[in-house]
Amino acid sequence: MIGVELIKLARRPRTWISLVLTCALPFMVAIFIAITHLTPPPGQGGAFLSAVLADGALYPAAALALVLPVFLPVAVAVVAGDSIAGEAATGTLRYLLVRPVGRTRLLVAKLTSVIVYVLMVVIAVSVTAYATGVLLLGPSRGAAVGLAPAGSGPGSLAPTAGQLAGGAVTSLSGAPLSLLQLAERTAGGIAFITVSMLGVAAIALFLSTVTDSALGAALGALAVLVASEILVTLNAATVVQPYLPTRYWLAWIDFFRQPIFWRNIERGFAIQAVYVVAFLAAAWASFSTKDITA
Amino acid sequence: MITTKALTKRFGAVQAVQSVDLDIREGDRYVLLGPNGSGKTTLVRMLLGLVYATSGEIEVMGQRIPRHLREVLPQVGALIEEPAAYPHLSARANLALFDAAGPGGSAGRRSRGTRIGEALEQVGLAGVGRRPVRAYSLGMRQRLGLAAALIRRPRLLILDEPGNGLDPRGIRDLRELIISLNETGVTIFLSSHLLAEAEQLCTRVGVLDSGRLVLQDDLATLRAPTGRILVYTPDADRVTAMLDGQVEQRDGERLVVRHADAAALNSRLVGAGLRVSAIGPEQRTLEEIVLAVTGTGSDHIGGSA
Repeated sequence: MIGVELIKLARRPRTWISLVLTCALPFMVAIFIAITHLTPPPGQGGAFLSAVLADGALYPAAALALVLPVFLPVAVAVVAGDSIAGEAATGTLRYLLVRPVGRTRLLVAKLTSVIVYVLMVVIAVSVTAYATGVLLLGPSRGAAVGLAPAGSGPGSLAPTAGQLAGGAVTSLSGAPLSLLQLAERTAGGIAFITVSMLGVAAIALFLSTVTDSALGAALGALAVLVASEILVTLNAATVVQPYLPTRYWLAWIDFFRQPIFWRNIERGFAIQAVYVVAFLAAAWASFSTKDITA
Repeated sequence: MITTKALTKRFGAVQAVQSVDLDIREGDRYVLLGPNGSGKTTLVRMLLGLVYATSGEIEVMGQRIPRHLREVLPQVGALIEEPAAYPHLSARANLALFDAAGPGGSAGRRSRGTRIGEALEQVGLAGVGRRPVRAYSLGMRQRLGLAAALIRRPRLLILDEPGNGLDPRGIRDLRELIISLNETGVTIFLSSHLLAEAEQLCTRVGVLDSGRLVLQDDLATLRAPTGRILVYTPDADRVTAMLDGQVEQRDGERLVVRHADAAALNSRLVGAGLRVSAIGPEQRTLEEIVLAVTGTGSDHIGGSA
Protein backbone atom coordinates (compact mmCIF):
# COMPACT_ATOMS: atom_id res chain seq x y z
CA MET A 1 0.00 0.00 0.00
CA ILE A 2 2.91 2.33 0.71
CA GLY A 3 4.02 1.86 -2.89
CA VAL A 4 0.54 2.76 -4.13
CA GLU A 5 0.54 5.94 -2.04
CA LEU A 6 3.98 6.93 -3.33
CA ILE A 7 2.84 6.42 -6.92
CA LYS A 8 -0.19 8.59 -6.19
CA LEU A 9 2.06 11.25 -4.68
CA ALA A 10 4.41 11.16 -7.66
CA ARG A 11 1.65 11.26 -10.27
CA ARG A 12 -0.20 14.13 -8.70
CA PRO A 13 0.64 17.46 -10.39
CA ARG A 14 0.12 19.29 -7.09
CA THR A 15 3.20 17.61 -5.61
CA TRP A 16 5.53 19.03 -8.23
CA ILE A 17 3.87 22.44 -8.53
CA SER A 18 4.11 23.04 -4.78
CA LEU A 19 7.70 21.81 -4.82
CA VAL A 20 8.70 24.19 -7.61
CA LEU A 21 6.90 27.12 -6.01
CA THR A 22 8.54 26.50 -2.65
CA CYS A 23 11.97 26.42 -4.31
CA ALA A 24 11.13 29.49 -6.39
CA LEU A 25 10.80 31.87 -3.45
CA PRO A 26 14.41 31.57 -2.19
CA PHE A 27 15.58 31.59 -5.82
CA MET A 28 13.81 34.90 -6.39
CA VAL A 29 15.25 36.36 -3.18
CA ALA A 30 18.73 35.25 -4.26
CA ILE A 31 18.34 37.01 -7.60
CA PHE A 32 17.34 40.28 -5.92
CA ILE A 33 20.24 40.08 -3.49
CA ALA A 34 22.70 39.17 -6.23
CA ILE A 35 21.61 42.17 -8.32
CA THR A 36 21.37 44.79 -5.60
CA HIS A 37 23.94 43.45 -3.13
CA LEU A 38 21.51 44.62 -0.46
CA THR A 39 20.86 42.34 2.50
CA PRO A 40 18.99 43.05 5.71
CA PRO A 41 21.26 44.19 8.51
CA PRO A 42 22.20 41.45 11.01
CA GLY A 43 19.35 40.71 13.37
CA GLN A 44 16.68 41.77 10.90
CA GLY A 45 14.95 39.96 8.04
CA GLY A 46 15.18 36.23 7.66
CA ALA A 47 17.83 34.35 9.56
CA PHE A 48 21.20 34.12 7.78
CA LEU A 49 20.11 36.55 5.06
CA SER A 50 22.53 39.18 6.26
CA ALA A 51 25.37 36.70 5.94
CA VAL A 52 24.68 35.17 2.54
CA LEU A 53 26.53 37.82 0.59
CA ALA A 54 29.56 36.90 2.60
CA ASP A 55 29.22 33.28 1.62
CA GLY A 56 26.78 31.64 -0.79
CA ALA A 57 27.23 28.28 0.91
CA LEU A 58 25.16 29.60 3.79
CA TYR A 59 22.23 30.20 1.47
CA PRO A 60 20.49 26.81 2.04
CA ALA A 61 20.07 27.77 5.68
CA ALA A 62 18.78 31.21 4.69
CA ALA A 63 16.39 29.62 2.17
CA LEU A 64 14.99 27.23 4.78
CA ALA A 65 14.44 30.20 7.08
CA LEU A 66 12.52 31.91 4.27
CA VAL A 67 10.14 29.03 3.55
CA LEU A 68 9.71 27.84 7.14
CA PRO A 69 7.16 30.35 8.47
CA VAL A 70 4.51 30.02 5.74
CA PHE A 71 5.38 28.05 2.61
CA LEU A 72 6.43 24.78 4.25
CA PRO A 73 3.63 24.54 6.83
CA VAL A 74 1.02 25.45 4.22
CA ALA A 75 2.29 22.81 1.78
CA VAL A 76 2.51 20.16 4.50
CA ALA A 77 -0.91 21.01 5.94
CA VAL A 78 -2.49 20.83 2.49
CA VAL A 79 -0.92 17.46 1.63
CA ALA A 80 -1.54 15.88 5.05
CA GLY A 81 -5.00 17.43 5.41
CA ASP A 82 -5.96 16.05 2.03
CA SER A 83 -4.68 12.55 2.75
CA ILE A 84 -7.83 10.95 4.18
CA ALA A 85 -10.43 13.71 3.80
CA GLY A 86 -9.54 14.22 0.12
CA GLU A 87 -10.06 10.52 -0.60
CA ALA A 88 -13.32 10.64 1.35
CA ALA A 89 -14.53 13.64 -0.67
CA THR A 90 -13.75 12.04 -4.04
CA GLY A 91 -15.21 8.73 -2.86
CA THR A 92 -12.02 6.78 -3.51
CA LEU A 93 -11.61 6.12 0.22
CA ARG A 94 -14.44 3.58 0.34
CA TYR A 95 -13.09 1.80 -2.72
CA LEU A 96 -9.61 1.54 -1.19
CA LEU A 97 -11.06 0.19 2.05
CA VAL A 98 -13.09 -2.54 0.32
CA ARG A 99 -10.08 -3.74 -1.71
CA PRO A 100 -9.52 -4.34 1.26
CA VAL A 101 -6.86 -2.02 2.63
CA GLY A 102 -6.83 -2.16 6.43
CA ARG A 103 -7.51 1.20 8.00
CA THR A 104 -4.30 1.19 10.04
CA ARG A 105 -2.34 0.20 6.96
CA LEU A 106 -3.87 3.03 4.96
CA LEU A 107 -3.03 5.53 7.68
CA VAL A 108 0.58 4.31 7.82
CA ALA A 109 0.86 4.54 4.04
CA LYS A 110 -0.55 8.08 4.07
CA LEU A 111 1.86 9.09 6.82
CA THR A 112 4.79 7.62 4.91
CA SER A 113 3.87 9.51 1.78
CA VAL A 114 3.57 12.76 3.78
CA ILE A 115 7.03 12.16 5.31
CA VAL A 116 8.47 11.51 1.85
CA TYR A 117 6.85 14.70 0.60
CA VAL A 118 8.23 16.79 3.49
CA LEU A 119 11.74 15.39 2.97
CA MET A 120 11.48 16.00 -0.76
CA VAL A 121 10.51 19.64 -0.29
CA VAL A 122 13.10 20.38 2.40
CA ILE A 123 15.91 18.70 0.48
CA ALA A 124 14.86 20.28 -2.82
CA VAL A 125 14.87 23.72 -1.20
CA SER A 126 18.32 23.07 0.31
CA VAL A 127 19.84 21.74 -2.90
CA THR A 128 18.46 24.45 -5.17
CA ALA A 129 19.41 27.07 -2.60
CA TYR A 130 22.95 25.73 -2.43
CA ALA A 131 23.21 25.89 -6.20
CA THR A 132 21.73 29.37 -6.46
CA GLY A 133 23.76 30.54 -3.46
CA VAL A 134 27.07 29.37 -4.83
CA LEU A 135 26.30 30.46 -8.41
CA LEU A 136 24.58 33.80 -7.81
CA LEU A 137 25.89 35.03 -4.49
CA GLY A 138 29.20 33.39 -5.06
CA PRO A 139 31.87 31.96 -2.85
CA SER A 140 34.35 34.55 -4.13
CA ARG A 141 32.99 37.20 -1.81
CA GLY A 142 32.98 34.61 0.92
CA ALA A 143 36.74 34.64 0.88
CA ALA A 144 36.73 38.10 2.37
CA VAL A 145 34.96 37.03 5.52
CA GLY A 146 35.03 33.29 5.81
CA LEU A 147 38.62 32.82 6.79
CA ALA A 148 39.49 29.68 8.58
CA PRO A 149 42.25 29.96 11.14
CA ALA A 150 45.21 27.82 10.31
CA GLY A 151 44.95 24.34 11.73
CA SER A 152 41.18 24.23 12.04
CA GLY A 153 40.76 24.30 8.27
CA PRO A 154 38.66 21.88 6.30
CA GLY A 155 41.52 19.46 5.83
CA SER A 156 40.90 16.89 3.14
CA LEU A 157 37.77 18.71 2.06
CA ALA A 158 39.71 21.79 0.98
CA PRO A 159 40.86 20.50 -2.42
CA THR A 160 37.42 19.29 -3.44
CA ALA A 161 35.94 22.54 -2.26
CA GLY A 162 38.53 24.22 -4.47
CA GLN A 163 36.43 27.09 -5.66
CA LEU A 164 35.37 27.97 -2.17
CA ALA A 165 38.30 30.07 -1.20
CA GLY A 166 39.21 29.34 2.37
CA GLY A 167 36.51 26.67 2.44
CA ALA A 168 34.96 28.05 5.58
CA VAL A 169 32.13 30.30 6.66
CA THR A 170 31.50 32.16 9.82
CA SER A 171 29.05 30.71 12.29
CA LEU A 172 26.41 32.90 13.91
CA SER A 173 28.68 33.10 16.92
CA GLY A 174 31.49 34.48 14.81
CA ALA A 175 33.69 31.40 14.98
CA PRO A 176 34.54 29.80 11.63
CA LEU A 177 32.87 26.62 10.40
CA SER A 178 34.52 24.21 8.02
CA LEU A 179 32.56 23.07 5.00
CA LEU A 180 32.13 19.65 6.55
CA GLN A 181 30.79 21.24 9.71
CA LEU A 182 28.49 23.43 7.63
CA ALA A 183 27.19 20.38 5.78
CA GLU A 184 26.63 18.52 9.05
CA ARG A 185 24.84 21.45 10.57
CA THR A 186 22.68 22.02 7.52
CA ALA A 187 21.75 18.33 7.71
CA GLY A 188 20.90 18.81 11.39
CA GLY A 189 18.76 21.80 10.48
CA ILE A 190 16.99 19.81 7.76
CA ALA A 191 16.29 17.00 10.22
CA PHE A 192 14.92 19.43 12.78
CA ILE A 193 12.71 21.21 10.27
CA THR A 194 11.44 17.89 8.92
CA VAL A 195 10.47 16.78 12.40
CA SER A 196 8.77 20.12 13.05
CA MET A 197 6.79 19.65 9.84
CA LEU A 198 5.84 16.14 10.95
CA GLY A 199 4.19 17.78 13.94
CA VAL A 200 2.12 19.87 11.50
CA ALA A 201 1.45 16.77 9.40
CA ALA A 202 0.24 14.78 12.42
CA ILE A 203 -2.24 17.51 13.37
CA ALA A 204 -3.49 17.81 9.78
CA LEU A 205 -3.71 14.02 9.40
CA PHE A 206 -5.79 13.77 12.56
CA LEU A 207 -8.15 16.50 11.35
CA SER A 208 -8.26 14.74 8.00
CA THR A 209 -9.75 11.66 9.67
CA VAL A 210 -12.50 13.59 11.46
CA THR A 211 -13.76 15.66 8.52
CA ASP A 212 -14.55 14.88 4.90
CA SER A 213 -13.27 18.30 3.83
CA ALA A 214 -9.61 18.40 2.84
CA LEU A 215 -9.68 22.18 2.96
CA GLY A 216 -11.14 22.13 6.45
CA ALA A 217 -8.42 19.80 7.70
CA ALA A 218 -5.61 21.87 6.15
CA LEU A 219 -6.98 25.18 7.41
CA GLY A 220 -7.63 23.66 10.83
CA ALA A 221 -4.00 22.63 11.14
CA LEU A 222 -2.86 26.08 9.99
CA ALA A 223 -5.21 27.70 12.50
CA VAL A 224 -3.49 25.71 15.25
CA LEU A 225 -0.12 27.03 14.06
CA VAL A 226 -1.28 30.63 13.82
CA ALA A 227 -2.78 30.44 17.31
CA SER A 228 0.47 28.96 18.57
CA GLU A 229 2.51 31.75 16.92
CA ILE A 230 0.33 34.39 18.57
CA LEU A 231 0.61 32.78 22.01
CA VAL A 232 4.38 32.39 21.65
CA THR A 233 4.76 36.18 21.54
CA LEU A 234 2.18 36.88 24.23
CA ASN A 235 3.70 37.57 27.64
CA ALA A 236 0.47 36.64 29.40
CA ALA A 237 0.70 33.12 27.94
CA THR A 238 4.12 32.30 29.38
CA VAL A 239 2.73 29.29 31.26
CA VAL A 240 1.79 27.38 28.12
CA GLN A 241 4.59 28.60 25.86
CA PRO A 242 6.98 25.68 26.39
CA TYR A 243 4.30 23.32 25.11
CA LEU A 244 3.26 25.18 21.97
CA PRO A 245 4.01 23.43 18.67
CA THR A 246 5.82 26.43 17.15
CA ARG A 247 7.69 27.44 20.32
CA TYR A 248 11.00 25.87 19.25
CA TRP A 249 10.53 26.04 15.49
CA LEU A 250 13.50 28.35 15.08
CA ALA A 251 15.78 26.32 17.33
CA TRP A 252 17.42 24.73 14.27
CA ILE A 253 19.33 28.01 13.87
CA ASP A 254 21.22 26.94 16.97
CA PHE A 255 22.91 24.27 14.87
CA PHE A 256 24.84 27.14 13.30
CA ARG A 257 26.28 28.38 16.58
CA GLN A 258 29.73 27.40 17.69
CA PRO A 259 29.52 25.25 19.73
CA ILE A 260 26.02 23.99 18.87
CA PHE A 261 23.50 25.26 21.41
CA TRP A 262 21.65 22.00 22.13
CA ARG A 263 19.14 23.01 24.80
CA ASN A 264 16.36 24.35 22.57
CA ILE A 265 17.10 21.84 19.81
CA GLU A 266 16.50 18.99 22.24
CA ARG A 267 13.34 20.58 23.58
CA GLY A 268 12.14 21.18 20.04
CA PHE A 269 12.64 17.53 19.09
CA ALA A 270 10.93 16.41 22.30
CA ILE A 271 7.86 18.62 21.93
CA GLN A 272 7.42 17.63 18.27
CA ALA A 273 7.73 13.95 19.21
CA VAL A 274 4.92 14.43 21.72
CA TYR A 275 2.71 16.14 19.14
CA VAL A 276 3.45 13.51 16.49
CA VAL A 277 2.73 10.57 18.80
CA ALA A 278 -0.38 12.13 20.36
CA PHE A 279 -2.00 13.24 17.13
CA LEU A 280 -1.14 10.05 15.24
CA ALA A 281 -2.68 8.02 18.07
CA ALA A 282 -5.76 10.24 17.93
CA ALA A 283 -5.88 9.88 14.13
CA TRP A 284 -5.69 6.09 14.44
CA ALA A 285 -8.36 5.96 17.15
CA SER A 286 -10.66 8.19 15.17
CA PHE A 287 -10.14 6.52 11.79
CA SER A 288 -10.26 2.89 12.85
CA THR A 289 -13.62 3.27 14.59
CA LYS A 290 -15.22 5.66 12.14
CA ASP A 291 -18.28 4.87 10.02
CA ILE A 292 -17.28 5.64 6.44
CA THR A 293 -20.41 7.29 5.09
CA ALA A 294 -18.70 9.40 2.42
CA MET B 1 -23.65 -16.16 0.64
CA ILE B 2 -24.82 -13.23 2.78
CA THR B 3 -26.81 -13.64 5.96
CA THR B 4 -27.55 -11.08 8.61
CA LYS B 5 -29.28 -11.59 11.93
CA ALA B 6 -31.12 -8.76 13.66
CA LEU B 7 -28.77 -6.31 12.01
CA THR B 8 -29.30 -2.84 13.39
CA LYS B 9 -27.63 0.53 12.88
CA ARG B 10 -28.37 3.76 14.68
CA PHE B 11 -26.83 7.11 13.76
CA GLY B 12 -27.48 9.13 16.88
CA ALA B 13 -31.26 9.22 17.20
CA VAL B 14 -31.85 7.96 13.66
CA GLN B 15 -32.62 4.25 13.22
CA ALA B 16 -31.10 3.69 9.76
CA VAL B 17 -31.43 -0.11 9.76
CA GLN B 18 -33.65 -2.03 12.16
CA SER B 19 -33.29 -5.71 12.90
CA VAL B 20 -32.75 -6.88 9.32
CA ASP B 21 -32.43 -10.61 8.52
CA LEU B 22 -31.06 -10.82 5.00
CA ASP B 23 -30.68 -14.16 3.29
CA ILE B 24 -28.87 -14.18 -0.04
CA ARG B 25 -28.03 -17.60 -1.42
CA GLU B 26 -25.23 -18.59 -3.72
CA GLY B 27 -26.19 -18.01 -7.36
CA ASP B 28 -28.94 -15.51 -6.55
CA ARG B 29 -29.58 -12.32 -8.42
CA TYR B 30 -30.93 -10.56 -5.37
CA VAL B 31 -32.34 -7.06 -5.64
CA LEU B 32 -32.84 -5.00 -2.50
CA LEU B 33 -35.57 -2.49 -3.20
CA GLY B 34 -36.64 0.48 -1.20
CA PRO B 35 -37.30 4.17 -1.51
CA ASN B 36 -34.46 6.65 -1.10
CA GLY B 37 -33.52 6.95 2.54
CA SER B 38 -34.84 3.50 3.45
CA GLY B 39 -31.40 2.30 4.63
CA LYS B 40 -30.18 0.41 1.55
CA THR B 41 -26.81 2.15 1.39
CA THR B 42 -26.19 1.83 5.12
CA LEU B 43 -26.96 -1.87 4.87
CA VAL B 44 -24.58 -2.31 1.92
CA ARG B 45 -21.85 -0.40 3.74
CA MET B 46 -22.23 -2.64 6.79
CA LEU B 47 -21.78 -5.75 4.62
CA LEU B 48 -18.51 -4.27 3.35
CA GLY B 49 -17.18 -3.21 6.75
CA LEU B 50 -17.34 0.52 6.01
CA VAL B 51 -20.03 1.18 8.60
CA TYR B 52 -20.02 -0.70 11.90
CA ALA B 53 -23.29 -2.25 13.06
CA THR B 54 -24.84 -1.10 16.33
CA SER B 55 -25.97 -4.67 16.97
CA GLY B 56 -26.67 -7.90 15.12
CA GLU B 57 -24.54 -10.26 13.09
CA ILE B 58 -23.25 -10.35 9.51
CA GLU B 59 -21.86 -13.36 7.67
CA VAL B 60 -20.50 -13.14 4.14
CA MET B 61 -19.31 -16.37 2.49
CA GLY B 62 -19.58 -18.08 5.84
CA GLN B 63 -17.24 -15.63 7.59
CA ARG B 64 -18.08 -13.06 10.23
CA ILE B 65 -17.94 -9.40 9.22
CA PRO B 66 -16.19 -7.15 10.11
CA ARG B 67 -13.74 -9.54 11.82
CA HIS B 68 -12.81 -11.45 8.63
CA LEU B 69 -12.98 -8.60 6.12
CA ARG B 70 -9.45 -9.30 5.03
CA GLU B 71 -10.25 -12.84 3.92
CA VAL B 72 -13.69 -12.09 2.48
CA LEU B 73 -13.32 -8.82 0.59
CA PRO B 74 -10.75 -10.01 -1.98
CA GLN B 75 -13.52 -12.25 -3.39
CA VAL B 76 -16.06 -9.44 -3.47
CA GLY B 77 -16.47 -6.73 -6.09
CA ALA B 78 -18.33 -3.63 -5.00
CA LEU B 79 -19.87 -0.50 -6.42
CA ILE B 80 -21.00 1.75 -3.59
CA GLU B 81 -23.27 4.63 -4.63
CA GLU B 82 -21.32 6.69 -7.15
CA PRO B 83 -18.15 5.32 -8.69
CA ALA B 84 -14.93 7.10 -7.77
CA ALA B 85 -11.56 7.45 -9.47
CA TYR B 86 -8.50 9.68 -9.49
CA PRO B 87 -9.48 12.22 -12.17
CA HIS B 88 -5.98 13.06 -13.46
CA LEU B 89 -5.19 9.40 -14.16
CA SER B 90 -6.42 7.19 -17.00
CA ALA B 91 -8.90 4.38 -16.49
CA ARG B 92 -6.08 1.85 -16.80
CA ALA B 93 -3.88 3.67 -14.27
CA ASN B 94 -6.81 3.92 -11.88
CA LEU B 95 -7.58 0.22 -12.13
CA ALA B 96 -3.90 -0.63 -11.69
CA LEU B 97 -3.73 1.47 -8.50
CA PHE B 98 -6.87 -0.09 -7.05
CA ASP B 99 -5.67 -3.56 -7.96
CA ALA B 100 -2.26 -2.96 -6.38
CA ALA B 101 -3.87 -1.80 -3.13
CA GLY B 102 -4.82 -4.42 -0.60
CA PRO B 103 -3.69 -7.98 0.07
CA GLY B 104 -2.36 -9.89 -2.90
CA GLY B 105 -1.69 -6.58 -4.61
CA SER B 106 1.88 -7.45 -5.53
CA ALA B 107 1.08 -11.12 -6.21
CA GLY B 108 -1.44 -10.14 -8.86
CA ARG B 109 1.01 -7.94 -10.72
CA ARG B 110 1.72 -10.41 -13.48
CA SER B 111 -1.90 -10.92 -14.47
CA ARG B 112 -2.86 -7.29 -13.83
CA GLY B 113 -2.61 -6.07 -17.42
CA THR B 114 -4.73 -8.94 -18.71
CA ARG B 115 -7.34 -8.59 -16.00
CA ILE B 116 -7.61 -4.83 -16.51
CA GLY B 117 -8.01 -5.34 -20.26
CA GLU B 118 -10.71 -7.95 -19.63
CA ALA B 119 -12.62 -5.77 -17.20
CA LEU B 120 -12.53 -2.75 -19.53
CA GLU B 121 -13.73 -5.01 -22.35
CA GLN B 122 -16.60 -6.34 -20.21
CA VAL B 123 -17.91 -2.87 -19.44
CA GLY B 124 -17.37 -1.51 -22.93
CA LEU B 125 -14.52 0.90 -22.19
CA ALA B 126 -11.80 -0.99 -24.04
CA GLY B 127 -11.24 1.81 -26.56
CA VAL B 128 -10.93 4.70 -24.11
CA GLY B 129 -8.93 3.10 -21.30
CA ARG B 130 -5.98 5.42 -21.73
CA ARG B 131 -7.86 8.73 -21.51
CA PRO B 132 -7.81 10.58 -18.19
CA VAL B 133 -10.97 9.95 -16.19
CA ARG B 134 -11.49 13.72 -15.89
CA ALA B 135 -12.82 13.67 -19.48
CA TYR B 136 -15.32 10.83 -18.85
CA SER B 137 -19.08 11.23 -18.92
CA LEU B 138 -21.21 10.12 -15.99
CA GLY B 139 -22.07 6.86 -17.74
CA MET B 140 -18.42 6.13 -18.54
CA ARG B 141 -17.48 6.69 -14.89
CA GLN B 142 -20.22 4.27 -13.87
CA ARG B 143 -18.78 1.70 -16.29
CA LEU B 144 -15.30 2.28 -14.90
CA GLY B 145 -16.66 1.75 -11.39
CA LEU B 146 -18.04 -1.59 -12.54
CA ALA B 147 -14.71 -2.49 -14.13
CA ALA B 148 -12.99 -1.77 -10.79
CA ALA B 149 -15.43 -4.17 -9.13
CA LEU B 150 -14.61 -6.85 -11.71
CA ILE B 151 -10.79 -6.81 -11.90
CA ARG B 152 -10.38 -9.33 -9.09
CA ARG B 153 -12.85 -11.73 -10.76
CA PRO B 154 -15.10 -11.76 -7.68
CA ARG B 155 -17.48 -14.54 -6.57
CA LEU B 156 -19.89 -11.99 -5.16
CA LEU B 157 -20.81 -8.63 -6.65
CA ILE B 158 -22.36 -6.03 -4.38
CA LEU B 159 -23.77 -3.19 -6.44
CA ASP B 160 -25.41 -0.19 -4.83
CA GLU B 161 -27.63 1.66 -7.33
CA PRO B 162 -25.56 0.56 -10.36
CA GLY B 163 -27.97 2.06 -12.88
CA ASN B 164 -27.38 5.66 -11.77
CA GLY B 165 -26.13 7.89 -14.56
CA LEU B 166 -26.54 5.27 -17.26
CA ASP B 167 -28.58 5.95 -20.39
CA PRO B 168 -31.13 3.35 -21.58
CA ARG B 169 -28.51 1.57 -23.62
CA GLY B 170 -26.11 1.60 -20.67
CA ILE B 171 -28.82 0.09 -18.48
CA ARG B 172 -29.42 -2.67 -21.01
CA ASP B 173 -25.66 -3.37 -21.24
CA LEU B 174 -25.49 -3.49 -17.46
CA ARG B 175 -28.38 -5.93 -17.27
CA GLU B 176 -26.83 -8.21 -19.87
CA LEU B 177 -23.46 -8.07 -18.12
CA ILE B 178 -24.98 -8.89 -14.74
CA ILE B 179 -26.96 -11.80 -16.12
CA SER B 180 -23.96 -13.21 -18.00
CA LEU B 181 -21.74 -12.92 -14.91
CA ASN B 182 -24.44 -14.60 -12.87
CA GLU B 183 -24.54 -17.45 -15.37
CA THR B 184 -20.82 -18.03 -14.79
CA GLY B 185 -21.53 -18.47 -11.08
CA VAL B 186 -21.19 -14.97 -9.66
CA THR B 187 -23.75 -14.17 -6.98
CA ILE B 188 -25.28 -10.72 -7.41
CA PHE B 189 -26.56 -8.50 -4.63
CA LEU B 190 -27.91 -5.25 -5.98
CA SER B 191 -29.76 -2.38 -4.41
CA SER B 192 -32.03 -0.15 -6.40
CA HIS B 193 -35.02 2.11 -6.23
CA LEU B 194 -35.84 1.44 -9.89
CA LEU B 195 -38.54 -1.21 -9.91
CA ALA B 196 -38.56 -1.81 -13.65
CA GLU B 197 -34.80 -2.39 -13.64
CA ALA B 198 -35.16 -4.82 -10.76
CA GLU B 199 -38.05 -6.73 -12.27
CA GLN B 200 -36.12 -7.59 -15.41
CA LEU B 201 -33.06 -8.65 -13.50
CA CYS B 202 -33.68 -10.40 -10.23
CA THR B 203 -34.49 -13.89 -9.10
CA ARG B 204 -35.05 -12.79 -5.53
CA VAL B 205 -36.32 -9.61 -3.94
CA GLY B 206 -35.98 -7.91 -0.59
CA VAL B 207 -37.86 -4.74 0.22
CA LEU B 208 -36.55 -2.29 2.76
CA ASP B 209 -38.83 0.36 4.20
CA SER B 210 -37.73 2.83 6.88
CA GLY B 211 -34.86 0.52 7.82
CA ARG B 212 -36.97 -2.63 8.12
CA LEU B 213 -36.96 -5.58 5.74
CA VAL B 214 -40.68 -5.81 5.04
CA LEU B 215 -40.50 -8.47 2.34
CA GLN B 216 -38.02 -11.10 1.15
CA ASP B 217 -38.94 -13.80 -1.30
CA ASP B 218 -38.31 -15.35 -4.73
CA LEU B 219 -39.65 -13.23 -7.56
CA ALA B 220 -41.43 -16.27 -9.03
CA THR B 221 -43.32 -16.84 -5.76
CA LEU B 222 -44.26 -13.21 -5.46
CA ARG B 223 -45.50 -13.05 -9.00
CA ALA B 224 -47.42 -16.33 -8.90
CA PRO B 225 -50.80 -16.08 -10.63
CA THR B 226 -53.48 -14.61 -8.42
CA GLY B 227 -56.29 -16.93 -9.51
CA ARG B 228 -57.85 -14.20 -11.61
CA ILE B 229 -57.94 -13.66 -15.35
CA LEU B 230 -57.77 -10.33 -17.15
CA VAL B 231 -60.06 -10.11 -20.15
CA TYR B 232 -60.11 -7.25 -22.65
CA THR B 233 -63.25 -7.36 -24.75
CA PRO B 234 -65.41 -4.94 -26.71
CA ASP B 235 -68.41 -7.05 -25.63
CA ALA B 236 -67.94 -6.32 -21.95
CA ASP B 237 -71.66 -6.18 -21.14
CA ARG B 238 -72.42 -9.56 -22.63
CA VAL B 239 -69.35 -11.16 -21.06
CA THR B 240 -70.36 -9.81 -17.66
CA ALA B 241 -73.85 -11.15 -18.13
CA MET B 242 -72.57 -14.56 -19.19
CA LEU B 243 -70.02 -14.94 -16.38
CA ASP B 244 -72.50 -13.64 -13.84
CA GLY B 245 -70.85 -13.34 -10.43
CA GLN B 246 -67.35 -14.25 -11.56
CA VAL B 247 -66.52 -10.71 -12.75
CA GLU B 248 -64.93 -8.97 -9.80
CA GLN B 249 -64.12 -5.69 -11.42
CA ARG B 250 -65.08 -3.87 -14.58
CA ASP B 251 -63.29 -0.92 -16.11
CA GLY B 252 -64.49 -0.11 -19.65
CA GLU B 253 -63.37 -3.01 -21.81
CA ARG B 254 -61.19 -4.48 -19.05
CA LEU B 255 -62.64 -7.17 -16.84
CA VAL B 256 -61.13 -9.01 -13.90
CA VAL B 257 -62.61 -12.49 -13.75
CA ARG B 258 -62.23 -15.02 -10.95
CA HIS B 259 -61.16 -18.11 -12.88
CA ALA B 260 -58.18 -20.45 -12.86
CA ASP B 261 -57.58 -21.20 -16.54
CA ALA B 262 -57.26 -18.47 -19.13
CA ALA B 263 -57.27 -20.84 -22.13
CA ALA B 264 -60.48 -22.56 -21.05
CA LEU B 265 -62.17 -19.24 -20.37
CA ASN B 266 -61.09 -17.93 -23.75
CA SER B 267 -62.47 -20.88 -25.65
CA ARG B 268 -65.76 -20.62 -23.73
CA LEU B 269 -66.13 -16.92 -24.56
CA VAL B 270 -65.22 -17.35 -28.20
CA GLY B 271 -67.49 -20.39 -28.43
CA ALA B 272 -70.35 -18.15 -27.29
CA GLY B 273 -69.58 -15.73 -30.11
CA LEU B 274 -68.00 -13.09 -27.88
CA ARG B 275 -64.99 -11.12 -29.12
CA VAL B 276 -61.83 -11.18 -27.02
CA SER B 277 -59.01 -8.75 -27.80
CA ALA B 278 -56.67 -9.95 -25.04
CA ILE B 279 -56.78 -12.46 -22.25
CA GLY B 280 -54.30 -13.75 -19.69
CA PRO B 281 -53.78 -14.58 -16.01
CA GLU B 282 -53.51 -11.59 -13.74
CA GLN B 283 -50.03 -11.18 -12.28
CA ARG B 284 -49.10 -8.55 -9.81
CA THR B 285 -46.25 -6.34 -10.99
CA LEU B 286 -43.27 -5.83 -8.77
CA GLU B 287 -44.40 -2.24 -8.44
CA GLU B 288 -47.74 -3.28 -6.97
CA ILE B 289 -46.03 -5.74 -4.65
CA VAL B 290 -43.56 -3.17 -3.38
CA LEU B 291 -46.02 -0.32 -3.03
CA ALA B 292 -48.33 -2.59 -1.09
CA VAL B 293 -45.72 -3.20 1.61
CA THR B 294 -43.94 0.17 1.80
CA GLY B 295 -44.77 3.58 3.21
CA THR B 296 -44.17 6.80 1.40
CA GLY B 297 -40.39 6.94 1.86
CA SER B 298 -38.36 9.46 3.76
CA ASP B 299 -37.62 11.85 0.92
CA HIS B 300 -41.28 12.63 0.42
CA ILE B 301 -42.01 15.85 2.21
CA GLY B 302 -44.55 15.20 4.92
CA GLY B 303 -44.16 11.45 4.47
CA SER B 304 -45.09 9.25 7.36
CA ALA B 305 -41.76 7.38 7.40
